[in-house]
Amino acid sequence: MPYKILKKNQLGDSGTLFEMDLHTPLIAKKAYAGNFIIIRINEEGERIPLTIADYDRENGVITIVFQVVGKSTLLLSHQNIGDELLDIAGPLGNRIHIEKFEDPIVIIGGGVGIAPCYPQAKELKQAGNRIISILGARTKNLIFWRDKMASVSEELIICTNDGSEGIEGFVTKPLRELISKQKISLVIAIGPMIMMKNVAELTSGNEGLPRVKTFVSLNTIMIDGTGMCGGCRFPSKDGEIHFACVEGPDIDGHIVDFNILLNREKRFAEFEKQSYDLYKKKCKKFDTQ
Amino acid sequence: MVKIPRQKMREQDPSERIHNFSEVALGFTKEMAEIEAQRCLQCGDPKCVNGCPVNIDIPNFIRLIKEGNLLEAIRSIKDYNILPAICGRVCPQEIQCEEACILSKRWEPVAIGSLERYVADWERRNQLKECPDCEAPNNIKVAVIGSGPAGLTCAADLARFGFDVTIFEAFHKGGGVLAYGIPEFRLPKEIVNDEIETLKMLGVKIKYNMIIGKILNIEDLKEMGFKAFFIGVGAGLPSMRKIPGMNLNGVLTANEFLTRTNLMKAYKFPEYDTPIKIGKIITVIGGGNVALDSARVALRLGAEKVIIVYRRTEVEMPARKEEYHHAVEEGIEFQFLANPTKFLGDDKGNVNRMEVIKMKLGEPDASGRPRPIPIENSEYIINCDTVIIAIGTNANPVLTKSIPDLKLTKWGYIEVDEMGKTNLESVFAGGDIVTGSATVISAMGAGRRAAKSINQYLRSKYL
Ligand SMILES: Cc1cc2nc3c(=O)[nH]c(=O)nc-3n(C[C@H](O)[C@H](O)[C@H](O)COP(=O)(O)OP(=O)(O)OC[C@H]3O[C@@H](n4cnc5c(N)ncnc54)[C@H](O)[C@@H]3O)c2cc1C
Ligand SMILES: Cc1cc2nc3c(=O)[nH]c(=O)nc-3n(C[C@H](O)[C@H](O)[C@H](O)COP(=O)(O)OP(=O)(O)OC[C@H]3O[C@@H](n4cnc5c(N)ncnc54)[C@H](O)[C@@H]3O)c2cc1C
Ligand code: SF4
Ligand code: SF4
Ligand code: FES
Repeated sequence: MPYKILKKNQLGDSGTLFEMDLHTPLIAKKAYAGNFIIIRINEEGERIPLTIADYDRENGVITIVFQVVGKSTLLLSHQNIGDELLDIAGPLGNRIHIEKFEDPIVIIGGGVGIAPCYPQAKELKQAGNRIISILGARTKNLIFWRDKMASVSEELIICTNDGSEGIEGFVTKPLRELISKQKISLVIAIGPMIMMKNVAELTSGNEGLPRVKTFVSLNTIMIDGTGMCGGCRFPSKDGEIHFACVEGPDIDGHIVDFNILLNREKRFAEFEKQSYDLYKKKCKKFDTQ
Repeated sequence: MVKIPRQKMREQDPSERIHNFSEVALGFTKEMAEIEAQRCLQCGDPKCVNGCPVNIDIPNFIRLIKEGNLLEAIRSIKDYNILPAICGRVCPQEIQCEEACILSKRWEPVAIGSLERYVADWERRNQLKECPDCEAPNNIKVAVIGSGPAGLTCAADLARFGFDVTIFEAFHKGGGVLAYGIPEFRLPKEIVNDEIETLKMLGVKIKYNMIIGKILNIEDLKEMGFKAFFIGVGAGLPSMRKIPGMNLNGVLTANEFLTRTNLMKAYKFPEYDTPIKIGKIITVIGGGNVALDSARVALRLGAEKVIIVYRRTEVEMPARKEEYHHAVEEGIEFQFLANPTKFLGDDKGNVNRMEVIKMKLGEPDASGRPRPIPIENSEYIINCDTVIIAIGTNANPVLTKSIPDLKLTKWGYIEVDEMGKTNLESVFAGGDIVTGSATVISAMGAGRRAAKSINQYLRSKYL
C-alpha cells in the first residue's frame, strides 16, 4: 500500500497535537484549501476525516494536523515514520471560493483548527488579498504554526484563554474590535463548533456590529464523505437538510443551526468513551510488558 | 410432476437467527434440488426466460441439474449471469422469472432462484470456479467507475472481450450496495468477495479509495490512456423529507445505519471501532428492501421491538416477498397506512416519540400504485428511541458534477440510450445512476449491455 507516513512531529509540547506528512501523490496533485481526506488506519478502524493542512504537489506529499480526542486519533498518534495507513480517500469536499476582495479577510483558527486555516490563508493571499489571522487556544502550548501563519498574513493576532500568550480571552475579542474599526470583506472561522457558533453570531449583524459574510468549516461526524450516508447532515435555520461532505465542509456560518449540530456531535459519546478507555487499557498493558 | 410441492429452502429458526448475523436461508440439499428440478415442465416456449432481466436459459440449467450435471449447469447460467450466487439470493423472483413461470398460473412456480443459488453454492463450496474464456488481450484500456453489480458485470464482460479493465471504487471495499447495504444474513460478504476474486482471475484491476470526480476525472483518465468509460456509481444521496424533528439524535438514514453495521462492522463494536447506537424500540419508515433490512439488522443488534411504518399496505410494499415473510416470522411489527408527521424528543434532544397520521389508498399515482392520502385528524403517537428513514435515494452528484457536458435527467440521473451510451463519445453508464434505485439484476443487465456497446465502439474505432 502506498500511504506511507513520511514525517511526524509533535506540535508544541501539548502532547496531543501532531503533524504528519503522508505520501499520496495523486491526492497532493488535486488538493486545495477546503479539501479533506478520510483515513482508515487498520482493518478494525473507523473512517475519520482530516483536513489537508498543506500540500506539496511536486513531492506528492500532503500534511495533516490532528488532535488526540479519542481512540482513532490516539491510534494515529501511535503510528510512526515509515508506517503505512490502510486507506486514504480524497481529496473530498469543495475547494474554498477564491476571489480578490476590496477589504481584508479575517481568518480565525481555534486549537487544531489553526491547521486548516493555513492553506486557506495561503490561497487567498495568492489571489491578492490582505489577510488578518487570529489564532486562539486554551493556552500557549496549544498554539502552533505561528511562523507559517505569519508568512501568509499581514497581521497575526494570538489569543489564549489563560493569557499565557497574546490577548487574554476568546478569539471573538479581537474580532469584535476589528469589525467595529474597519471594513472586513470576509471572515473565516475554523475550530471547535462552539467557537464557530460564537463567531457567526458576532458577524451576523444582530450584535450591533456590521454583518460580515462568514464561512465556517463543519467538522460533523462522517462515514463515506461522498454524500451517500447522510451521517454528516446538518440543518440550516430554515429547516432544510444539508450534507457537510458534499456541500462543504466550508459553509456560510449564518445559515447553520449550531445548536442542533452541537447536540448531534454528542450522539456517540458513550461509545467513543468506551472505545477510548479500552484502547488506553490495552496500551498500558503493552507499556508494562 | 406438478403435484410435487414446491421445495422450500431450509432456514435458521427465527428465535435463533434474530440473535446472529449468519445467513437466514440455508439453501437446498442435493435431494431438494433434484426434486425441485423435476417440477420444471421444460416448456418449449419458456415464459420464465422472458421474466428474467438477463434471459438466463432457465429450462436448460434446470435440465442439467436434473441430469446431475452441475458443472454444465453453472456454465450455462454464467453465460448470462456472472453473479448467480448473489442473484439466487436477492432477486425479487416473485415479480421476475418465477412470476412468469407457467406453473405460477395454477400452482406454485418452480423455485428458480433457489436452484440458481444451489448450483452457484455447489461450485463455490467445491472450489470449481473456472476462469471464463477470454478473447486475446488487445491492450485497450477501459475504466469502470463503481464496483456495484453494474460495474462488476460490465468489467467482467469487457475483460472477456479482451480489454484491459480497471475498476475505480470510492470505498475501501468492492461490491457497492452488495457490500454496504444488503446485510450479511441475507448475502454473506464472503460471496461478494469471492465474485470480486473471479474478476481478478479475469485480469481486472481494482483500485480502491478512488473517488472519481475528485482524485481523478474523466479527462485525467483519458490522459492515462483509458479509451472508454463505464459509469456505475449507483444512487446514493439519501432522500429526507422535511419533517419536524428530523434532526433529533436517534433519527438516522438507513444508509448510515446499514453502512455502519455492514461495511464498518459496527455489530462487532468495540472489536471494530465504528459504533452504532440502538435503542429499545425502533421504528423504520419505508416499505422497500432497505426498510426491511434496516429493521432486521436493528433486531439483531438487540432492539426489543421493531416497527415498520409504511404509508401503503402489504400489497404495495416493494420489498422482496420472501424477506417480508422472514421479517414477520422474526416478530417485526408492521403499521401499514401510516405516515410520520413529526418526531418528538426529550430535553436532551433525543427522539422519544413520533407522530403518525393514518392514510387511505386513492387513485393510482405515477408509479402505478394507489396514492396514499392522509386521513384528517387521525394522528397518533408511537413511542420509540431510534427512527430509521428508508424512503429512497436521489442521484449522487459527486461524479456527474465533474463532467459538465454529461446529459442528465431533471432529477440528476444520467441519460443513456438502450445500449447504455451517454451523450458523450466513449462514456457509457448503467445501474441505479441511470434508473434510480432498482435491482441487482437490472444493474447487471445494464452493465452487460454497456459492455457490448463499449466493445462495438472500441472495435470500430481502434481494432
Ligand atoms: C471535514 C472534517 C475535517 C476535519 N479535520 C480535522 C483535522 O484536520 N484535525 C483534527 O484533529 N480533526 C479534524 N476533524 C475531526 C476529526 O475527524 C475527529 O476528531 C476524529 O474523527 C475523532 O476520532 P476519535 O476516534 O479520535 O475520537 P472519538 O472518540 O470518536 O470522538 C471524539 C470527537 O470527535 C468527533 N468525531 C467522532 N467520529 C467522527 C467522524 N467519523 N468524523 C468526524 N468527527 C468525528 C465526535 O463528535 C467527538 O466529539 C475533522 C472533521 C471533519 C468532518
Ligand atoms: C439495503 C438495500 C437492500 C437491497 N436489497 C435488494 C434486493 O434484495 N434485491 C435486489 O435486486 N436489489 C436490492 N437492492 C437494490 C440493489 O442493491 C441496487 O439496485 C444495485 O446494487 C445497484 O447497483 P449499481 O451497480 O448501479 O450501484 P451500487 O451497488 O450502488 O454501486 C455503486 C458503487 O459505485 C461507487 N461509487 C460511487 N461514486 C463513485 C465515484 N465517484 N467514484 C468511484 N466509485 C464510486 C460506490 O461506492 C459503490 O460501490 C437493495 C438496495 C439496498 C440499499
Ligand atoms: S437472475 Fe434473477 S430473475 Fe434471472 S433467473 Fe436468476 S433469480 Fe430469476
Ligand atoms: S416456465 Fe416454469 S416450468 Fe416452464 S421452463 Fe420455465 S421454469 Fe420450467
Ligand atoms: S459523510 Fe456520508 S453523506 Fe456526508
